[in-house]
Amino acid sequence: MNTQIIQYFTSRKWLFMILFAILVVLPSILTDFHINLLGQFIAFAILVIGLDLLWGYTGVLSLGHGIFFGVGAYIMAMYLTMASEDSIIPEFMIWNGITELPVLWVMFQHPAAAIAGAIVVPMLIAGVIGFFTFRNRIKDVYFTILTQALVIATVTLIVSRQDITGGSDGLTGFTNFFGHSLQTPSTQLFLYYVSLANLAIVFILCYKLTKSRFGKALIAIRDQENRLRFSGYNTAIYKTFIFTLSAGIAGLAGMLFVTQLGIITPEEIGIVPSIEMALWVAIGGRGTLVGPVIGAILVNAAKAGFSEMYPEMWPYFLGAVFVIVVLFFPKGLMGIVDHFKKRGEKDVSGNSIPQTGSHS
Amino acid sequence: MTSKKKLILSVNLFGIVIAGCSAIAAYEANDESGEEEKIPVGILHSLSGTMAMSETSVMDAELMAIEEINEAGGVLGKELVPIIEDGASQPSTFSERASKLLQQDGVDVIFGGWTSASRKAMLPVLEGNNGLLFYPIQYEGMEASPNIFYNGAAPNQQIVPAVDWLLENKGDEFFLLGSDYVFPRLANQIISAQLEENDATLVDEQYTPMGHTDYNTVISRIQESKPSVIFNTLNGDSNVAFFQQLADAGITPDDVTVLSASVAEEEITGIGADAIEGHYASWNYFQSTDTAENEAFAENYQEAYGSDRVTGDPIEAGYFMVHLWAKAVEEAGTTDVDEVRAAADGIQFDAPNGTVTIDGDTQHVHKTVRIGEVQEDGQFEEVWNSGKPVEPDPYLEEFDWASDITEP
Repeated sequence: MNTQIIQYFTSRKWLFMILFAILVVLPSILTDFHINLLGQFIAFAILVIGLDLLWGYTGVLSLGHGIFFGVGAYIMAMYLTMASEDSIIPEFMIWNGITELPVLWVMFQHPAAAIAGAIVVPMLIAGVIGFFTFRNRIKDVYFTILTQALVIATVTLIVSRQDITGGSDGLTGFTNFFGHSLQTPSTQLFLYYVSLANLAIVFILCYKLTKSRFGKALIAIRDQENRLRFSGYNTAIYKTFIFTLSAGIAGLAGMLFVTQLGIITPEEIGIVPSIEMALWVAIGGRGTLVGPVIGAILVNAAKAGFSEMYPEMWPYFLGAVFVIVVLFFPKGLMGIVDHFKKRGEKDVSGNSIPQTGSHS
Repeated sequence: MTSKKKLILSVNLFGIVIAGCSAIAAYEANDESGEEEKIPVGILHSLSGTMAMSETSVMDAELMAIEEINEAGGVLGKELVPIIEDGASQPSTFSERASKLLQQDGVDVIFGGWTSASRKAMLPVLEGNNGLLFYPIQYEGMEASPNIFYNGAAPNQQIVPAVDWLLENKGDEFFLLGSDYVFPRLANQIISAQLEENDATLVDEQYTPMGHTDYNTVISRIQESKPSVIFNTLNGDSNVAFFQQLADAGITPDDVTVLSASVAEEEITGIGADAIEGHYASWNYFQSTDTAENEAFAENYQEAYGSDRVTGDPIEAGYFMVHLWAKAVEEAGTTDVDEVRAAADGIQFDAPNGTVTIDGDTQHVHKTVRIGEVQEDGQFEEVWNSGKPVEPDPYLEEFDWASDITEP
């Protein structure tokens, strides 16, 4: 094959455009059920772009993104519940002896408030957490542990305040979305394309960000934070900004996710999902933006496929794929792409060039 | 690793994914060409995750019932083909797999679920696609969906009679202990109202997170408050820790009686019979229940799945509800959801726990209530039963004292 073509199409931008084109046409050959499923995976793909900015580019590993995803999802779910209930107060509140709608719910009664809140509230939370932790130079594994602890705290809070949050049952039973039934294929298809459009917007903005001067600073923080600090950069501000941004993206993803799935429970946002999110980034290849997107979609598709085919055995198959990827492709799926790219480059110039983006 | 090896591996990896995709495609194609002589039915339980231990046993009972029905000539002369899906102990997965079964596999009925969260997750999907769910577990009541048949006990078929029995036989100072989720919280609200009605005392009410295993604090509260009865609505693993630590603290059934709402034979195996011997549980069925149907059921179950296996209330409900659905389909002459629903009222089956009857209004079943004492072999000895099947009352309408819970 023409090596220049290989190089061209293995660039990040082109890979994303190919993927996007596939995602645009896929609904025409998929069943309604699979369209809905893929729409949920696209929501995950949006989330991992933000997570990759944070981990892949800035070197800050958060295992607590379930919180931000969850806050976005819960806020949207509050609106959806209110829009679907006949009574003024959701049914579960009545059993818990609540007679007046809590303030938290009143705030998100209007769809515009819910949509804005789903993005802004996670950003506020992340902004506060980020400001204090990064300013106090809490980093690396200490930050990671902190985020895990926050997940546990958040889940415990949601479960114990059953009267407001629905407890471990979560929020579900929404039927209505701006006057359209959520279960009809046309609404599902609409939400699929809304998610896809959001994916494209988030990807383009984040791609541009990584190519900018700001993006270079992020990579510098990842590789040599001390040197950057000595050069007069306030790295805490950079890290807080990127943490806040990725939380907003996670909130957006959670919002899109919940409209398509129709339920949100503490289990969706707890420890295991939070770790899984980082896993999608690792499988796809961190610090590449497009890699995590592919990772999130492929891993979830494999999960769904394996569990459909082998309902009692599927975790073993999925586990085997993880082991293979982590063992043999430490740079994730993008490592494989880079491998082909390098071969192409070698053929052209006669010697291999060093791989870009070393990770610490 | 050499680049050649990497290349081979990457090809292999993509091979796995592609093989996976083509297998799905083949599976779907096969489905579409499905012969008309077969009826697909969905089975949706957690086969992985924390609930897998309990739910797999229920699935086994459902598969056994399907096999029995097929051996007897099927339903409407057609063979039942179970399509098994894994809910993975996650409500969202239950919701997603329920959509898959109804939309893609075209089933009319799903047998499945365990936790309230999984049921609530499936509910909008069932209603949106007009599918039926047969649900096998006792639950907190206060629910009615035209798309769900509730085969476990409603509160008036388990909790309310158990409290009555305790008040009569074991004392009137209650300590309520539960896992922190909807069933224990709602059950305890019901119990509190019932105790108030009977001038009994509620000495303390404690909740621990799911999976909690350190009960020292709770046990010292028990030692301080000296209740005569502990009403236990803990779920899963927590029971193992609680009963073992209670026994270790030297608290015997003579000091305080524990009555559990979610400890069946299978959980006793996990706890160890010696730590729970002499305590009680309230159910509709025990493995020791003395009926001719149960003798055959328990024997067949152990023959199919191993002599070390035990049966229990949820397992039994999983078994009889498949038969109830099959009889309703025979009555309706079709598997069509609306017609089956209409035909279901009054459908009876001689289940291992006695005769069960579907109540068309509430879509719950009439079933006998039983209280059993744990023996040293891990089996229950029945100490009380309601004598006849009890009518389901999911909203506790017949009890005046419950009106505060069910109405705002």
